[in-house]
Amino acid sequence: MSIILDKVNYVYSEKTAYEIHALKDVSLKIEDGEFIGIIGHTGSGKSTLIQHLNGLVKATSGGIYYNGQDIYDEDFNMKELRGKVGLVFQYPEHQLFETTIFADVCFGPLNQGLSKKDAELRAFTALRSVGLPEEYWYQSPFELSGGQKRRVAIAGVLAMKPEVLVLDEPTAGLDPQGRDEILDQVAKMHEELGMTIILVSHSMEDVAKYVDRLIVMNHGSVMLDGTPREVFHYYRELEEVGLAAPQVTYLMHELRKRGIPVDGEATTLEEAKASILKCFQERKNR
Amino acid sequence: MIRDITIGQYYPADSVVHRLDPRVKLMAVILYVISLFTFRGIWGFVLVTLALAGMIKLSKVPFRFMVKGLKAIVIILLITALFNLFLTPGETWVTVWKLTITKEGLKSAVFMAIRLIYLILGTSTLTLTTTPNQLTDGMEKALSPFNKIHVPVHEVAMMMSIALRFIPILIEETDKIMKAQIARGADFESGNLMKKAKAMVPLLVPLFISAFRRANDLALAMEARCYNGGAGRTKMKPLKYKKADLAAYGIMLGYIVMVILLRVLL
Repeated sequence: MSIILDKVNYVYSEKTAYEIHALKDVSLKIEDGEFIGIIGHTGSGKSTLIQHLNGLVKATSGGIYYNGQDIYDEDFNMKELRGKVGLVFQYPEHQLFETTIFADVCFGPLNQGLSKKDAELRAFTALRSVGLPEEYWYQSPFELSGGQKRRVAIAGVLAMKPEVLVLDEPTAGLDPQGRDEILDQVAKMHEELGMTIILVSHSMEDVAKYVDRLIVMNHGSVMLDGTPREVFHYYRELEEVGLAAPQVTYLMHELRKRGIPVDGEATTLEEAKASILKCFQERKNR
Repeated sequence: MIRDITIGQYYPADSVVHRLDPRVKLMAVILYVISLFTFRGIWGFVLVTLALAGMIKLSKVPFRFMVKGLKAIVIILLITALFNLFLTPGETWVTVWKLTITKEGLKSAVFMAIRLIYLILGTSTLTLTTTPNQLTDGMEKALSPFNKIHVPVHEVAMMMSIALRFIPILIEETDKIMKAQIARGADFESGNLMKKAKAMVPLLVPLFISAFRRANDLALAMEARCYNGGAGRTKMKPLKYKKADLAAYGIMLGYIVMVILLRVLL
């Protein structure tokens, strides 16, 4: 079970004055159960890339294979793919339209051809898993706060029971608490259901904390691909393309410069804390 | 998907026509349209063709790009041409079954088609070389004398520029919502008319909400910057005639005189 992208190219408005080469020879292999972060500057092709994963945009050239099947084959079932690869867009709350939250979450499963009862069961589970209190379920989605609306929208995709969940900046415009809640929820789904998660983000702290593998996009091509530690090792190169490493990485490098032998590759607060405490311990013992 | 609409689109380039004052271009288009329906005979035709070709050449907009706009009027073009072809009385040329084609009919069909094509090409030279903002600026300035008789020229111009500004935003928004709903398994293509109309609900409801939200935001942003109508408002780039603009007026005058002379004399 995997998604393979083979030399995918995508050009917007081909052969006009507005032509943009959004993706250049992108080749990737996404394995089952991975937790992947995609980072990149605005306009680096992140959003275009993830829209290829469920066939919303057709690559100008190159191939995409889902579990070994070419998704551009004539007889490939695109609708099924969209159920398997769930895509949560940026500001997903803008897609809500039903009169009640529950009905809106049922929209996806009903489109998949499930019976009303099965769809409601799916909606029930999905709303539970995003942690939306039950008293809201039969209200209009437009009465909720921004963070709550976003949970409803994510539940709308989860109700389709995807194997791969792709989230495009799920935390944009949320306060720190809302951000942590949503990301923790996503991480929980990854652990408990073994779902493959692809998280597009601007925040280095977020991706460093949660993901196992990090893909850096720049000008439409993959610039770096590896564990957060490996990727943030190149923090100078990242800065050159308008990105940055997590703040702790800078702190650790600064400490090393002053002769304190901490772990310069630490990318999360926990790792940094452990490494600094270890240094103190060694100093005391000396 | 819907990004590829070209009619009324601006084509960025650096040309003499792009740099002209929008008022000049507006006037030129009005004169050109008048000339299209004034000219008569082969020499008049040569003259309007040369004028159009010259304008396109100067504007540096690829001809291929202009022709795209013609696709939208193919049906109107065909209907007009056919009506003229079959329904003009006169000297019989050929008879097919019950339909007669007259010589006059053939002539007027050909000229009507040419007039329509030139009309679209000529007016799209205006929109392709002038940004919507310049265009409304030009209209506002050109129509400002009407302010004296209490026509709300500024308000109308402002509404137009806001409406124009919102078209690409709403197109993009439609595209985004459409994709989001397709990702949730929505189907906008198959089914009968009823089913298709029903499938639009998940698209239209969010679109309306977002349009209202944006309108609200914009109104707030304008008020926050003390917008209160046109009175006393200055421009960042006030329109001023330059030498090229005056020359363009001269050429226009010469052109229209020639068209009228050709009609009267020949």
